[in-house]
Amino acid sequence: MTVAPHRDEPPGEAAARPGAGGGAAPRGTAFPAAARRLRTKVLPAIIGNLAMTIIGVIFLLPLAWLILAAFNPHASPGVVTPRFSLANFTQALQSGASGAIMNSLYLAGVSTVIATVVSTLAGYVLSRHYVPLKGAALVVIIFLTGLPVTLLLIPIYQIFVSIGWLDSPFYTSLVLAATSVPFAIWLLKNFIDQVPREFEEAAAIEGSGQFRVLLTVVVPLIMPGVLVSAILTFINSWGAFLIPLVLDANPSDTPGAVGIYQFMSANGQVQFGPLAAYGILFSLPVIILYLISSRWLSGGFSFAGGIKG
Amino acid sequence: MTAAQEIGAGGRARWRRADADKVKISTIGWLLPAAALLIGLFLVPVGYAVYLGFTNIELLGPLAQDYSFTGLANVSRMAHDPVFWSSVKLTLIFVVGSGIVAQTVLGLALALLGQRAHVMVRASVGSIVVLAWVLPEICVAFIWYSFSQAGGMLGELIGRTSSDFLSTAPLLIVCLANAWRGTAFSMLVLSAGLRNVPQEADEAAQLEGASYWTRLFRVTLPIIRPTLMINMLLITLGTISDFTLVFAMTQGGPGNETAILPVYMYIEAFQFNALGYGTTIALALMIIGAILSIVYIRQLRPELRRGR
Repeated sequence: MTVAPHRDEPPGEAAARPGAGGGAAPRGTAFPAAARRLRTKVLPAIIGNLAMTIIGVIFLLPLAWLILAAFNPHASPGVVTPRFSLANFTQALQSGASGAIMNSLYLAGVSTVIATVVSTLAGYVLSRHYVPLKGAALVVIIFLTGLPVTLLLIPIYQIFVSIGWLDSPFYTSLVLAATSVPFAIWLLKNFIDQVPREFEEAAAIEGSGQFRVLLTVVVPLIMPGVLVSAILTFINSWGAFLIPLVLDANPSDTPGAVGIYQFMSANGQVQFGPLAAYGILFSLPVIILYLISSRWLSGGFSFAGGIKG
Repeated sequence: MTAAQEIGAGGRARWRRADADKVKISTIGWLLPAAALLIGLFLVPVGYAVYLGFTNIELLGPLAQDYSFTGLANVSRMAHDPVFWSSVKLTLIFVVGSGIVAQTVLGLALALLGQRAHVMVRASVGSIVVLAWVLPEICVAFIWYSFSQAGGMLGELIGRTSSDFLSTAPLLIVCLANAWRGTAFSMLVLSAGLRNVPQEADEAAQLEGASYWTRLFRVTLPIIRPTLMINMLLITLGTISDFTLVFAMTQGGPGNETAILPVYMYIEAFQFNALGYGTTIALALMIIGAILSIVYIRQLRPELRRGR
């Protein structure tokens, strides 16, 4: 996975060659400079690399269990010997994982399309058009991004009961889309703000309608933003648990997240192997999407630095 | 925050442009779908929640239809509900312990170590930590549920195979799982913050003979303080409303020992039928989140002012 950027190598470069420095150790006393180098550069580098490796190994343990258990037909919660068998995967697929994953695909796909289209239109208008009370509207949108879903759930459930929208995958995905829209609007508006207006003006002079301009001029220019927004919405809806659990009780609409929970909390023996396989199958799409988007996402994490103005 | 600044500075200037100051039909038409979603599924529900929180509505039975406004009855019930207060305490432990402290400290440690570590170490450890963050929350819940079982890997590792840690130390396990899942976010944000620290500052301190720790606490951390604060604010808001991880691992149990506010809200509303009371709990949760946000933003005010 390309997480750590490869750009900023220089700071630790010299210190990060434990092998080279370690060789100089025995002669350290004869050469005071080498001894100091050992103390101030080489030793901290070894300790630093070691500390990071230890943290990494600790983080790896639960993941290692998941992978070992998924491929071992006699998986238990304990340490299992590495085996390679796909029995757990076939069993997981037979017990309904494939249907549940298709349901997740529906929920995540529909909500991603709705949220992305709606937010692109709104982000464009909020970036370019005159909108009365625009400042206030943007503040409200930012406030909404921080609102807990748990607060919305009971009133939405109540509203859905009264208008008969419960137990419908489509309306459930509408709620999932809505939970992503505030952030998506904010993200896309910021992207559109950076596109020079001259492009659109040129297209408008050539007689293109506004929608055409948006679709053929603006959207291609902000494609990374559209993709990031779509991928984040998809990941969010894919993992959604509470909203489908409450709004759609129809067993045939159960998405993957709720399916895993039902397996976990089912009475009797938990089948760790098939469940681990199910977990891996369910996680794969999100991991792949993350890998695809990490290139564009990496820039997003410096947002907090922007505050320095 | 950055966005708030933008609205203040950029928004106003743009209003004065010549092509503007008239609401076009397309403006309304293009805003309509987003407005409908946000009003219908955010603003109306929030307003409705404020009303429902003061009623005796229930999930099933006669009170599902013929509920009525009961004034402060739910609030006084909440004030006298020991489970609610223990839930507030659990929520704060969960947010502060597994969110603010563990994720920030671990994320900062990884970001700092990553600066000087070998590329291979940094890339592989970084990938492992990020993988834990990318996994769907329900999978994290299942992994830690199995990991801490009686006879599970955790028990084998620390030599106590027979204990089921989800009954002996449920809050600790839930906190560990949340820290495991969330550290990557802090690591990524703080790495980005560290990259923006000018090297000259650190080099100047080094020339004056300052040790690594002195430089860290006197130079680097003060420079990335705004990033640290925003990171903590985002972690707080994310952790305080977290439901899936804890609910899937423990359902709030054993005996409400892990019933943080979102889980307690769900239990009251959807398992004990008390939709009205559940909404009151959700409102209390929102108020706690708002208070914490205000505290953070007040802390950030000097930086915001300087940024202008």
